[in-house]
Amino acid sequence: MKMPTPDASVLARRVEIANALRAIVPGEGVIVEQDEMRVYETDALTAYRQLPMIVVLPKTTEQVSQVLKYCNEIGIKVVPRGAGTSLSGGALPLADGIILGLGKFNKIMDIDYGNRTVTVQPGVTNLGITNAVAHEGFYYAPDPSSQIACTIGGNIAENSGGVHCLKYGLTTNNVLGIEMVLMNGDVVRLGGKHLDSDGYDLLGIMTGSEGLLGVVTEVTVRILKKPETLRAVLIGFPSSETGGDCVAAIIAAGIIPGGMEMMDKPAIHAAEEFVHAGYPLDVEAILIVELDGPEAEVDHLIGEVETIARKCGAVSIRVSSSEDERMVFWAGRKAAFPAVGRISPDYLCMDGTIPRKELPLVLNRMAEMSERHGLRVANVFHAGDGNLHPLILYDANKPGELQAAEDFGADILKLCVEVGGVLTGEHGVGVEKRDLMIHQFTETDMNQQQRVKCAFDPDGLLNPGKVFPQLHRCAELGRMHIHRGQLPFPDLPRF
Amino acid sequence: MTTHLKPADAAQALEAVRWAISEETPLELVGHGTKRTLGRPFQATHTLDVSDLSGLKFYEPAELVLSAQAATPLAELEALLDENRQQFAFEPPDFGPLLGGEAGKQTIGGVVSCNLAGPRRVKAGAARDHFLGCKAVSGRGEAFKAGGRVVKNVTGYDLPKLLAGSYGTLALLTEVTLKVLPAPENTRTVLIRGLDDATAIRVMALALQSPYEVAAAAHIPAALAGGVGVEELGSGVAATAIRLEGFGPSIEYRAGKFRDLFRGFGSVEFLELEPSLAFWAAVRDVKPFVANPERLVWRLSVPPADGARVAADIASRLPAEAYFDWGGGLIWLAVDPTVERAGQDVIREAVGLGGGHATLIRAPDTVRASADVFHPQAATLAALSARVKESQDPKRIFNPGRMYAGV
Ligand SMILES: Cc1cc2nc3c(=O)[nH]c(=O)nc-3n(C[C@H](O)[C@H](O)[C@H](O)COP(=O)(O)OP(=O)(O)OC[C@H]3O[C@@H](n4cnc5c(N)ncnc54)[C@H](O)[C@@H]3O)c2cc1C
Repeated sequence: MKMPTPDASVLARRVEIANALRAIVPGEGVIVEQDEMRVYETDALTAYRQLPMIVVLPKTTEQVSQVLKYCNEIGIKVVPRGAGTSLSGGALPLADGIILGLGKFNKIMDIDYGNRTVTVQPGVTNLGITNAVAHEGFYYAPDPSSQIACTIGGNIAENSGGVHCLKYGLTTNNVLGIEMVLMNGDVVRLGGKHLDSDGYDLLGIMTGSEGLLGVVTEVTVRILKKPETLRAVLIGFPSSETGGDCVAAIIAAGIIPGGMEMMDKPAIHAAEEFVHAGYPLDVEAILIVELDGPEAEVDHLIGEVETIARKCGAVSIRVSSSEDERMVFWAGRKAAFPAVGRISPDYLCMDGTIPRKELPLVLNRMAEMSERHGLRVANVFHAGDGNLHPLILYDANKPGELQAAEDFGADILKLCVEVGGVLTGEHGVGVEKRDLMIHQFTETDMNQQQRVKCAFDPDGLLNPGKVFPQLHRCAELGRMHIHRGQLPFPDLPRF
Repeated sequence: MTTHLKPADAAQALEAVRWAISEETPLELVGHGTKRTLGRPFQATHTLDVSDLSGLKFYEPAELVLSAQAATPLAELEALLDENRQQFAFEPPDFGPLLGGEAGKQTIGGVVSCNLAGPRRVKAGAARDHFLGCKAVSGRGEAFKAGGRVVKNVTGYDLPKLLAGSYGTLALLTEVTLKVLPAPENTRTVLIRGLDDATAIRVMALALQSPYEVAAAAHIPAALAGGVGVEELGSGVAATAIRLEGFGPSIEYRAGKFRDLFRGFGSVEFLELEPSLAFWAAVRDVKPFVANPERLVWRLSVPPADGARVAADIASRLPAEAYFDWGGGLIWLAVDPTVERAGQDVIREAVGLGGGHATLIRAPDTVRASADVFHPQAATLAALSARVKESQDPKRIFNPGRMYAGV
């Protein structure tokens, strides 16, 4: 993966730049020692590493504003960073750029049960929000598996999801307002505690913008009351087709479960060996269907789901009868990544989305690809919304295997697009999928997106080299080719 | 000379936009024109009437997705969804009658462009939350696509979000893809009568803070109860309404829970299916303010707990009437047409205290030309919005000035 060529003239001014940044962020907030910067050299896409030029850890919005304004004026690239759990390399540093770490923005500013909102600084973890309101029975719905570590700022940048998205939405459906700083230092507030922000939906465009448009310095999210009851059904299927059919049948019955997760045979076996969740081992796929809500509703729907599963040809059905048992059903799914980590020295976690009906085809084609690339693959799948997480097993110490794994991954994602899906689900494009964007979008489509960037960061200094395969200057994107025209279609009706 | 261009398909629409760009002449984009008077009046000598871009592209109930040409009538799509016991969960309101037109005429593209949302907003979000992808023509005269057809649609920037609620000022939508959801098996409404506004907001907050999946919460003060036009409601007594949707046993159970929860607030009644549907349609379509078309109608989006305070503040300084949706977060306000500057200074001052915004929805052209129809934005945000417009529509071809002057 080629990153933008470092600018030697910027690197040559490193000391001067560090001093200028120290004047803005005093004390320990500016890091230049290689040893100390080492922890920032990669995110959770560990195949890529790069030491930044300087790390800055501001504490206030004013400092962020001054840092960005300064960098904007002298043309220094900036990579925002939350907890560094991005799986797509979104927080990967640039050699001639600074890392703007938001770890010190870790305060909960306001909890408002009357409006059902929580306002926090962006470095607060996803779980930190839920923990702050759990004693009153509330929670923040999007729950990425990384929720202990990942920050809400990172969640906004990646539009993160979790197993409850089908019913409760992704980050974008749960954020009400933000404060952000643009590259020119402007502080902009979008939305608030009211339900819809005014004017253009810039909150919508910021969510999922992967740190390319602005630095988020405050976040207001909506919180929900915890469901009265949660129960799960663990269903085993003789084939992934029957599992897929069952998912469709549940939805056709008008049921939107709180969570609906599927695992294929390799994933089931890896998870079972690791956590002994009691998963059936003689099936090709399992489905965990979680129903949440008022007790009467959950009891009613559990029955419906059981009936549907039986009709679909399920070979085993277990309904959780206690909270402990429900947790055990989930333990295997939640440990799927580390479980796979145990059976393989390395793995790549892919993320793509397909129309659900294409699941059998995609799994079959993936099995062929697995043969061809000579690498194993295990699948966990947010079955409700078609979001696949194939885990490609490889050994980085074997020459060529990383490359083979990446090629395999690229083939899977291209297949997702081919069957009508998209390259990402909830992990973003980052550097990982950057060069695959051309398979989903035409140049015109991508230029239209990149022009948005020109409104926010015209010099392209915020997180460049991510998401888009080609960097265009805004002047170039802005150019228009105008032909003097005639009124089209002389026979077009006009009055 | 004013021209009314009526392309037959997306290719012709593209040509029309290219022509307008080359002539540097703005276009007014129109579907069925039901919301033409929504926004600032602006100068466009040419109308681009896309009403022929109509028809379903695909509908896959099992995938919860539907795609249609932009000017497909919403009613047509809703009828189709109904057959499959599905719906657009954001419950698009129909402002036709409110704005002096017919009901049932609006197009799906218009719904998306104005980011409409009905009472279910508190649970299901707005059009933006269900708008997955589109085909469109840019202000550079290029056809492009954005988003996708799967629920997790965001790869790169979420352009559909930007286009939703842009009132046709950023691009011409030619095809839209939306998420659909199962329709509820049943609906029942919990009613508490005779509450004052502040108590009603507290009651709605209690409901929304409960785990009983409230699908809407509205409060109609006494003076407006008759205007809802639902017999069971009568007139002259305030009604605070909590909507329950879902499977029979679940509704039964939750209704019981609310009866207990609200015990201290007065007697609890229920509206069954038919009157419930009529009630929520009236709340959604602003029926209490359809009569007296000379009155100015404002739509205020505020933190829900602020609702009563904001409305009382305004009513103490202007001849105004209000009712509340979204648990207090949406205030529909009708003011006397004679008030100074359409009441905007008073209204925006009241809203400004707690954050939120006010939009002038119904007013004569002259009033909308002089008042700020959309809430004025802070300087940095206004500048950013203007740059976004510049980036997407540099020649100001699409509905220029409809939202803000120069944008
Ligand atoms: C084991 C594991 C499991 C995971 N499971 C899930 C899952 O279930 N669902 C899911 O959606 N994701 C999952 N992820 C991915 C990851 O946790 C999310 O993408 C998360 O949102 C990243 O947050 P972060 O704070 O670590 O951000 P970082 O990795 O630090 O940064 C991610 C991106 O956000 C930008 N950014 C960070 N903070 C800001 C800010 N304040 N302003 C502007 N831009 C900013 C960065 O520039 C970067 O582009 C998982 C990751 C791991 C390692």
